[in-house]
Amino acid sequence: MESSKTDVLIIGAGPVGLFAVFELGLFDMKCRLIDILDRPGGQCAELYPEKPIYDIPAWPSISAQGLVDKLMEQIAPFKPEFSFNRMVSGLEKLEDGTFRVTTDEDEVIEAKVVVIAAGGGSFQPKRPPIPDIEAYEGSSVFYSVRRMEEFRGHDLVIVGGGDSALDWTLNLQPVAKSVTLVHRRPEFRAAPDSVNKMYAMQEMKQLDFQVGQVTGLKGSDGQLSSATIKGPDGDVEIPCTRMLPFFGLTMKLGPIADWGLNLHENLIPVDTEKFETSVPGIFAVGDINWYPGKLKLILSGFHEVALMAQAAKKIVSPGERIVFQYTTSSSSLQKKLGVAD
Amino acid sequence: MTKLSFVAFDGTRFEVEAENGSTVMENAIRNAVPGIEAECGGACACATCHVYVDETWTDIVGEPEAMEEDMLDFAYDVRPNSRLSCQIKVRDELDGLVVQVPERQG
Ligand SMILES: Cc1cc2nc3c(=O)[nH]c(=O)nc-3n(C[C@H](O)[C@H](O)[C@H](O)COP(=O)(O)OP(=O)(O)OC[C@H]3O[C@@H](n4cnc5c(N)ncnc54)[C@H](O)[C@@H]3O)c2cc1C
Ligand code: FES
Repeated sequence: MESSKTDVLIIGAGPVGLFAVFELGLFDMKCRLIDILDRPGGQCAELYPEKPIYDIPAWPSISAQGLVDKLMEQIAPFKPEFSFNRMVSGLEKLEDGTFRVTTDEDEVIEAKVVVIAAGGGSFQPKRPPIPDIEAYEGSSVFYSVRRMEEFRGHDLVIVGGGDSALDWTLNLQPVAKSVTLVHRRPEFRAAPDSVNKMYAMQEMKQLDFQVGQVTGLKGSDGQLSSATIKGPDGDVEIPCTRMLPFFGLTMKLGPIADWGLNLHENLIPVDTEKFETSVPGIFAVGDINWYPGKLKLILSGFHEVALMAQAAKKIVSPGERIVFQYTTSSSSLQKKLGVAD
Repeated sequence: MTKLSFVAFDGTRFEVEAENGSTVMENAIRNAVPGIEAECGGACACATCHVYVDETWTDIVGEPEAMEEDMLDFAYDVRPNSRLSCQIKVRDELDGLVVQVPERQG
């Protein structure tokens, strides 16, 4: 078990979590961010990286990924630490008022303040709308590959047309007994190189590619025996014992519901002075919070973190006087930003 | 004004007057047509505004572009006349258009 300490632990590295690093950094607080995605940016990076946003102040138009890149540049002087591909699973307040945060990789982080910037919740694989699929999840149907060995000797059906589907088709082909890739059309959203490799292997009868959509599963006690594929020439039944559907990601509230915080329709109510939750020392900012008049806008999240940082400072450095300063004119802030002459 | 008809999964028909330049999805939401969710608000990023274009209208409405075709991979029971309604702009030629709402959105 790895263990570490930080001033502020930020759950979620979306645009609001990222800007929190800046506002907290101006008050000398060190930040650590944890996100289940493999990169920063939250919804902006995962859902609409190439789309222009038109309501970021002073940016008449900026792509969502462009905004994330700019935020990363802006917070770089504060040297935030990132842990990606990790889900925050546990959060508890200790007797001394600090917090113990745990991840699904069994890390433990101790923090003086916790900021929940979890947006719409953690990104998790989408469950395809196949009747009764729940009955097979965890035993025959998996949404990710933790260990390739688990697929050894199995008749495997992989569903989807993106890079994950193609990459795992190619990687698991040598391990599985048979691999059938199912996608609703012969065009893919994946790297052309992988697609060509897949077609070449199909040519050599090393795997099978079926155009169609999975409409049903057969089996018993969670053990899959076949999948029904509706294709252009009607239904085909493919015997299989494992299935890997790759239908992209969706946001689910996830473990946040278990942390003893008051919730309001899956959102965390906060006050509008400090953006603090029902537990002192835990703040919630961005899309995840709720207060009268709340708007799920990036610019609102930016405002929230500026106020939150003041309250957080009082917890991290009790008794220290907080001086309001402008970045344009304060030599001490400019030093922190690395722009002082 | 252009007339659009939505046929909900249970067969209920919704006839609406749509402004040219608006999207078919926006008109469904404005008129509370059941079964159109449009989680991403029309950014072609969610596939929860999936509709079937009535067979007599498919030629006039046209084919999805590549980005929409990619997003349709995430929809349920995709058919040759499937479209994402946020990607269909209302225009004069679409006067009388009929679209069906699928059983479920993803
Ligand atoms: C298509 C689309 C268009 C949009 N257009 C605009 C626009 O024009 N203007 C605008 O202002 N806003 C727009 N938005 C909304 C904007 O993207 C959100 O308001 C913004 O992303 C919220 O930022 P956030 O940091 O609060 O949360 P998010 O961006 O949702 O990030 C939260 C992060 O927290 C992570 N997380 C959650 N729980 C856990 C956990 N337990 N463990 C680990 N990680 C976790 C998630 O994986 C995620 O990466 C749009 C949204 C969409 C989908
Ligand atoms: S509303 Fe999301 S894709 Fe159309």
